[in-house]
Amino acid sequence: MKVGLFIPCYVDQFYPQVAIASLELLESAGVDVDYPLKQTCCGQPMANSGYQEYGEGPAALFRENFSEFDYVVCPSGSCTLHTKDHIYSGKENEPKVYELCEFLTDVLKIKELTADFPFKVGIHASCHGLRGLNLAKPSELMGVEFNKPKQLLEMVNGIELIELTRKDECCGFGGTFAVLEEAVSVGMGKDRIKDHEEHGVQVITGADMSCLMHLEGILRRDKSPIKVMHIAEILNAKVSKTQNQ
Amino acid sequence: MKATPTHAAAAEEFLKDEERSHWHDDTLWHVRSKRDVAAQKIPEWESLRTTASQIKDNVLSNLDQLLLQFEKNAIENGIEVLWAKDADEHNQHVLRILEENQVKNLVKSKSILTEECGLNHFLEDKGYDVVDTDLGERIIQFNKQVPSHIVMPAIHLKKKEIGDIFHEHLGTDAGADDPAYLTEAARQHLRQKFIQAKAAITGVNFGIAETGGFVVCTNEGNADMGTHLADLHIACMGIEKLIPRAADLGVFLRLLARSATGQSITNYTSHFHRPRPGKKMYLILVDNGRTNQLGREDFRNSLKCIRCGACMNTCPIYRRSSGFSYGSTVPGPIGSILSPGMDLKKHSSLPFASTLCGSCTDVCPVKINIHEQLYKWRQVITKEGPSQPSKKWAMRFGGNVMSKPKLFDMMGNLARKSLSISPRGFVYNSFNAWGKHRELPEVPKESFKEWYRKNRKQ
Repeated sequence: MKVGLFIPCYVDQFYPQVAIASLELLESAGVDVDYPLKQTCCGQPMANSGYQEYGEGPAALFRENFSEFDYVVCPSGSCTLHTKDHIYSGKENEPKVYELCEFLTDVLKIKELTADFPFKVGIHASCHGLRGLNLAKPSELMGVEFNKPKQLLEMVNGIELIELTRKDECCGFGGTFAVLEEAVSVGMGKDRIKDHEEHGVQVITGADMSCLMHLEGILRRDKSPIKVMHIAEILNAKVSKTQNQ
Repeated sequence: MKATPTHAAAAEEFLKDEERSHWHDDTLWHVRSKRDVAAQKIPEWESLRTTASQIKDNVLSNLDQLLLQFEKNAIENGIEVLWAKDADEHNQHVLRILEENQVKNLVKSKSILTEECGLNHFLEDKGYDVVDTDLGERIIQFNKQVPSHIVMPAIHLKKKEIGDIFHEHLGTDAGADDPAYLTEAARQHLRQKFIQAKAAITGVNFGIAETGGFVVCTNEGNADMGTHLADLHIACMGIEKLIPRAADLGVFLRLLARSATGQSITNYTSHFHRPRPGKKMYLILVDNGRTNQLGREDFRNSLKCIRCGACMNTCPIYRRSSGFSYGSTVPGPIGSILSPGMDLKKHSSLPFASTLCGSCTDVCPVKINIHEQLYKWRQVITKEGPSQPSKKWAMRFGGNVMSKPKLFDMMGNLARKSLSISPRGFVYNSFNAWGKHRELPEVPKESFKEWYRKNRKQ
């Protein structure tokens, strides 16, 4: 099983620690993982802005970069969804694309982790992973509850997962929405943060760094003590309480 | 200056009153939560949605034949059936009916179609006294507003504001905002109007092809009150409101009220088949852009909508920006995929008023893929809508950079370097919408690719 790691453009540039944690998680699970060096972006920013045609170049590059792999794994629900919807068509000879959490739960079927993270953690259920990839049961749909990111976080030593009032409301990032609809975007972000704050959350985590980047932007501006961390960082965490504080 | 403000501009205005925006969000979230509780009580909820969706798919594929069947059966029942290709023809039909029957006073129960056609203003300009009898609609009629929500038209108003409106128009005590007191005042006021009215206009929730009858759902019984007292009943129906058989009705009635308000069923589900002896019944079948939408493969299934409003209640953007920010008769997610089909230029900002979170699609009782259609409208608008040269340039530039790995690495490096050495005031300038209320990410000392080259690939 050859796995290609796809790191979203903004994660590569601004959150290398998320990519490192993702890589280390896969390596420590014994996966034959490689990171093709010619990768850039999946083309989602252009496509979601209505310029799907300008995403064609990045999409072609993507297909070229990952043609030799059985699986593509990506630590972002949103980019994974875009890749599945617009870069591949689900044909047999294409690599199978997985978001990191679902790759760990569904393909590797991870049952235990060695991570330590003794903090109160709130999960931000990013929409594309939630409703597009079915990483968890959305609150709108009726049926049996399941939650893959939560299932993984529950394997972390010392972690305290916090229930929220609105467990899967959008944070208002939405790509270019964040700047085109700045007022609504920030309003939504603040409301999401308040929900975490009111329940005593210390760290907000999720499977999409883009949503967390938006929330982090507000938290830092407002000088909040709440931190954001990508789920890969927590699943790969070896920190003890004294180290972190 | 633009004629119609963009959704973003209107939303920003609404959000200035933070307290009101939060109140609006909480109020509609409460409705969404009631919907969840109601849906949870139906074990077969998801299969009901699938069934409803399939029935509507069938309707849209056979709309021509079903409409003819419906018309034939309605005529046999004694209903006079009229066709209107657009809003103007619809309004002219209503006017002619009123003139022929020498009616001056009329009552209306809720009909978003007549809002879409601008019927009230049309008739008022001709000297008619048009009284909306749905409580919410009467409130906004007093307030000279249009509905901000298709199920709860006055949801944008607080209790106290309604008290003030009633004080002005109905003479209730100044400052009184007790709902029971205000409702009683409305009841007494409307009763007079019901008695005076010679014609009653209703909308139609479901037209049944097999029987030629139609169904109107209300919570206040105002459709019945109006039609039972008046000599003539004019029902205005969008052509997509058909269902094939009476047996299909149960599927939709079980979904409609639960999705809309969390009630198991609307208080009144009124079935109309024929005029009472000596009375008249008219049915106006309105196209007004619907066949155009039917012809758009990517967007046709937006016509499955049963107007429950669940997508508005769940939409985090609608809840925080209110219905008026959309500037269209049907606001919210469903309005954002219907309205561009009516006037692409006017409504070109609406498909962008979404994070594509997909909650609308998951609550929709007839499974319209709303968020996917928003994405598809975006593709249409950048080609056929108002031109946005700078956005287009930026996206083309982005696409180019992302197609060339070396260029991407170099640009990324450059961006990080310049961000780390630029003075704060330079980065957080007035063109930086991100930075208005948010910090940019801290700049790391190296990209992942740089780290990987050093640590994994020599």
